[in-house]
This record gives sequence, structure tokens and C-alpha cells, in this order.
Amino acid sequence: MKKFTTTLAALMILGSTSSFADGHKVKVGMITTLSGGGSGLGIDVRDGFMLAVKGNKNISVITKDDQRKPDIAVQLADKMIQSDKVDVLTGIIWSNLAMAVVPATVNQGKFYLSPNAGPSKLAGKGCHKNYFNVAWQNDNLHEAAGGYANSAGFKNSFILAPNYPAGKDALTGYKRYFKGSLAGEIYTKLGQKDYAAEIAQIRASGADSVFFFLPGGMGIGFMKQFSQSGIKLPVVGPAFSFDQGILKAVGDAALGVKNTSQWSKDIDNDANKKFVKDFQSEYGRLPSLYASQGYDTGKLLISAMSKAKVKDKDQFRDALRKADFSSTRGKFSFDKNHHPIQDIYVREVIKEGKILTNKIVSVGLKDHSNAYVSECKM
Amino acid sequence: MTSILFFEQLLNGIQFGTMLFLMSAGLTLIFGVMGLINLAHGSFYMIGAFSAALIASLTGSFWLALLASLSGAAIAGVLIEIFIIRRLYRRDHLDQVLATFALILLLSEGVRWCFGAFPLYLDIPENLNGTLPILDDIIYSKYRLFIIFMGLLIAAGLYILITKTRLGVRIRAGQNDRQMISALGIDISKLYTIVFALGASLAGLAGAMIGAIQSVEVGMGEPILILAFVVIVIGGIGSIKGALIGSILVGVTDTIGRIFLPEFLKVFMEPASATSVGSSIGSMLIYILMALILIIKPSGLFGKT
Repeated sequence: MKKFTTTLAALMILGSTSSFADGHKVKVGMITTLSGGGSGLGIDVRDGFMLAVKGNKNISVITKDDQRKPDIAVQLADKMIQSDKVDVLTGIIWSNLAMAVVPATVNQGKFYLSPNAGPSKLAGKGCHKNYFNVAWQNDNLHEAAGGYANSAGFKNSFILAPNYPAGKDALTGYKRYFKGSLAGEIYTKLGQKDYAAEIAQIRASGADSVFFFLPGGMGIGFMKQFSQSGIKLPVVGPAFSFDQGILKAVGDAALGVKNTSQWSKDIDNDANKKFVKDFQSEYGRLPSLYASQGYDTGKLLISAMSKAKVKDKDQFRDALRKADFSSTRGKFSFDKNHHPIQDIYVREVIKEGKILTNKIVSVGLKDHSNAYVSECKM
Repeated sequence: MTSILFFEQLLNGIQFGTMLFLMSAGLTLIFGVMGLINLAHGSFYMIGAFSAALIASLTGSFWLALLASLSGAAIAGVLIEIFIIRRLYRRDHLDQVLATFALILLLSEGVRWCFGAFPLYLDIPENLNGTLPILDDIIYSKYRLFIIFMGLLIAAGLYILITKTRLGVRIRAGQNDRQMISALGIDISKLYTIVFALGASLAGLAGAMIGAIQSVEVGMGEPILILAFVVIVIGGIGSIKGALIGSILVGVTDTIGRIFLPEFLKVFMEPASATSVGSSIGSMLIYILMALILIIKPSGLFGKT
């Protein structure tokens, strides 16, 4: 019997030492879109994140493909939490998937760091102490677009977005800042590629400008068809339809278009220069804003890990909230509802040699937070 | 404004319809002749678009790219028919659905492996860029007119092929009685390969023509595939004529419904909710249409009862 207790005691000591060593380790579950339409976005977030945590022995990452389907994302999250025992989840691109996964994840005591989706529900009434958004609240870039439209003198905009949570946030965000009237407002089908019918409406509407939010492949089709239609109206939109990953596919139709973004490859700070250079040498292509968001998410996680153990939830949360890392965006902090306060820039699509890319024209909104802070009881 | 807008939307609907026809003609032929449910038909649409984008980036010629889409998809069709599909004709439909679904996954990942996950660039030729005045006030995209023209040309070509040529006689015979034509000494497996390649090449052509105004990316075929199935169910499975009528019907209903339903609802609702309710119902419209047609004609408009 005595022998047994000694063994047990020895085992317990062994167990406690190993758990001490584990205390500095963090297991990350990354659920993102890696196949099918929209996979470019997920791949960029993953690559940016992996670049940030490269060489860090205390972080292990499990990556899984959600195929852009909410049900699959939920299954993956359950599996990662229950059998893989991850500490932190991240990676989701699409707001409808985030709405399906995030509430259950944070209620089970796990941290969720969003590298992209920022639906208004999770910023306002549905905010949670374990949920951090490292990218933006969905409305943000569209608010800046609305602000830019005022300064450009647009009076009568035609606005369109897909019929899903982020699409509604987009039009709400634009309307919140845009002071002119609306010549028309359309919700398109999510994943729609052909916009002939919508473009005909734009032509007939008498608008003086067009605002659109059509992320991924949807925006490629719209820009090409819009430029072929011969309508000469100025276009403004968030960076999602003019980003590095898809500019090549849009081609010259995008040249000169103003778009709003919290990141650009020419933001002048050391963290960003290093990121752009490292990303290019690691993957052989220019980074997109999604990649920068993934990278910042990784850097945020590392900064929190240097301050607290992930098992001490309250301390780890405080460490995350401090956002003590050098962001590729320069100044970066979290507001009370754990969404970023940051500058949002107006960029213009230009040609550098033969490559289409963006350059910053002006700062659209300075130290911008979001409209849902007061709704969040945290 | 409304009559001009309506006419323009009608043209948009017809253009969408002719494109659907290219997809559904192949699908319905393959089902009619071989009795095969081919879920991988959307992958040929994708293969066509990627072949076109590849050739366009190498040569800069859109017309060569169109040829490449036809031949690329046809070659893929022949290979897949010989190595995989041929084993499925005698199996029941569930096996066919499973195997061709696996093909979708394999082909999508294969294309992603070769070309990467980012969309490719494919543009329309310079002389089809811009618009053309049709009537006094109506201007319409030249390229979309070109798509309508190509669609109708191919419909006419298929009509001649099926009714006037020896191959057409064999295809029709194959649709009616498979065992009998092989008993008459016709090489049925060659006929099957030809029909499969024909269907694949039409899908590939559609992919290239549409890829030029939309985007060339992995997984582009699947949304179209669903619509193509709706079309052949409406038109009657196995009937080319049904596919043509069904395509135009689906194309026009979808386009007109999507645009005018929200406008119509604004008469009795607030604009914001009319927009969101209208666009939701608008995207259901073709399925409602399909349900209605199936209630009245359970085997589709031109299906054999």
C-alpha cells in the first residue's frame, strides 16, 4: 500500500511538473476556408498567421477547412474543443459561419480571436469577454467609404451588398456616414456572379456614384461587368473587392478605384515593412489585407502568451486586451467590446510595373472604433 | 424608364438562359442516352474556364482560348469517360451520384493544385467590349449579345446534329433502346464516349464564355450545376428541346423576379424590408416554378411519361 502511495505521489509530482511546462504552451484551432470559392481569403489568413507564429515552439496549430459551410464549421469547432482540447480558436472568414461557431466556443470558456468576420451582433448585444476581433467590426470599412463619398462630393449613391449578415452590416455602415440620398439599395444573392440585372438598374437609377460590398469572386464579376457596361460612374467600396488576391483577376477594370482599408502594404512602420518582406520571401506573392489580419492575430496571441498562461483565463484575457504588440497597422488598441480602434485609410488601385496593387491616398477615419460599444454589457 | 429597364432585363434573362442551355444540354443528353446522373458536369465548366484562362494568358487570344475550352473539356471528358464513368452505366443511380460527387472533389482539388486557390484572369476581346444600341433607347452589352448568339447557334447546331445526321440517329436510338442498337452492331461504347465528350465540351465552352465576365476560380461550376439540374427537371429529362425552353424559362424568371419582386413589394411594404424580403423570395422563385411545373406535368414539359 505504501509503495502504491509513493508511486502515486511520484506520478502526481511528475504530472504537475509536466503541466507546469504545458502552462506556457497554447494549442490553437484554426477553422478557415481552404477549398472551393473564397478559399483565397482563408489561405491568406492562415499563411499570415503561420508566418507570425513561425518558429515559436510554444504554439501548436491545428488547421481545418470549413468549406465555407456553417454546419461543417460547427462540427470542426466541437471536435477541436472536445477531443483536441484547443485553448484558442481562430480563422473564420465569413460572418454567417462566425455566428454559428463563436457564441458556443466562448461559452465553453475558450478564447476566440477573429482574424476577419466581425458581425454587429458579436460587437453589440452578443459581445463576450472571451471574444476578440483583431480585424474590424464589419461596418468599419464601409463607414469609411461613406465618409469618403461625402468628401468626394457624391450626393446620390446606388448601394448593393449580398444578402447575409456582413452584407447588411455593410450597407448600414455606409448609410451611417454617407450624408447624401440613395438612388437604390439592393441585396444580391450570396455567391452571385452575374450582375447584369443590377447594372441595368444602376444605369436606370440616375445615381452619381456606386458603393458595393461584394467580397471574393463576387466582386471580380461585378467590376468586370460594370466596366464593360460603359457606365462611367465613380465606384467606391471596401478593400475586399480590390485586394491583392483578386486584383489580378479583375484586371485594369479596377484601376483608379478608391477603396477603404485598415491596412495597406505601404503603411509606413517597421512591423509592416518586415511583414511585407517576410511574407513575400516565404510565399512568393504580395500579402493581402487578410494576410495582415492573420499575422496580427498571431502576433497578438504571442504578446498575450508572454504575459500570462492561457490556463489563467482572467490574466490571459487582460493580456489580450492590452494588445501589446506592434501591429502592421501601426497604432492598434481594443475598445471596451474587444473590437479594434484603428485608422481606416482610403486607397487607390494603381499599377506598379505590371502588377496591380494599392496605395494610400488619405486617412479616411482616424482612431475609429465602432457603433456598438454602448450596446455591449461586459 | 420601366419599359426600357424591363426589355434590358428580359435580354439579361435570355442571356442567362442560353448559358444555362449549354450546361443543361450536355447534362440531359448524357442522362437521356446513357442513363447517367453526372454531378461532375460542373467540373467541366470549370475545366473549360481554366483551359481558356491558361491559353489566353499564353497567347493573348480570346478566340484561341474559346477553342481551348472546347477541346480541354472534351479531352477531360473522354479520359474521365474511359477510365471512370464507363464502369458506372450498369450501376444504380446512387452509385453514380456517389462516384461523380467524388469526381467533383478530385477535380476541384486537382485544379487548385495546378493553378492555386486564387482566381485567374480572363477578359473579353477588345472588339466585344462596350455596348451596342439596339433600339432607340436601349443599349446592351456586345459581349452578352455574343453569348446569346453563340447559345442559339449551338442550339441550332444540336438540332441539326440530332435530327439530320447519322450520329444523331444513333443518339436517338440510344435514348429509345440501348440494347437494340448494340444488337444492330453499333459500337455503343464509342457512341457513349462521343456523347459524353460533346456534353463536356459544351459545358467547357459555357465556362470560358462566362468566366470572362465573372471569375475563373475553383468551385465555379457547382452553383451552375444546381440550376442546370433544375432546368432539365423542368424541361423533361433527356429532351434537348426541353432543356432549351427550360433554360430560357429559368433564366428569365430568375432575372425578372430578382429585380421586379422587391420593386413590386415596395407598393405595400417599407422599402428596406421590401428589399430584403423581395430578394429572398426572388432567389426562391425558380424552385417555386419547378414545383408548380412538376405538379402539373410530373415528368417535365417535354419529358416522356
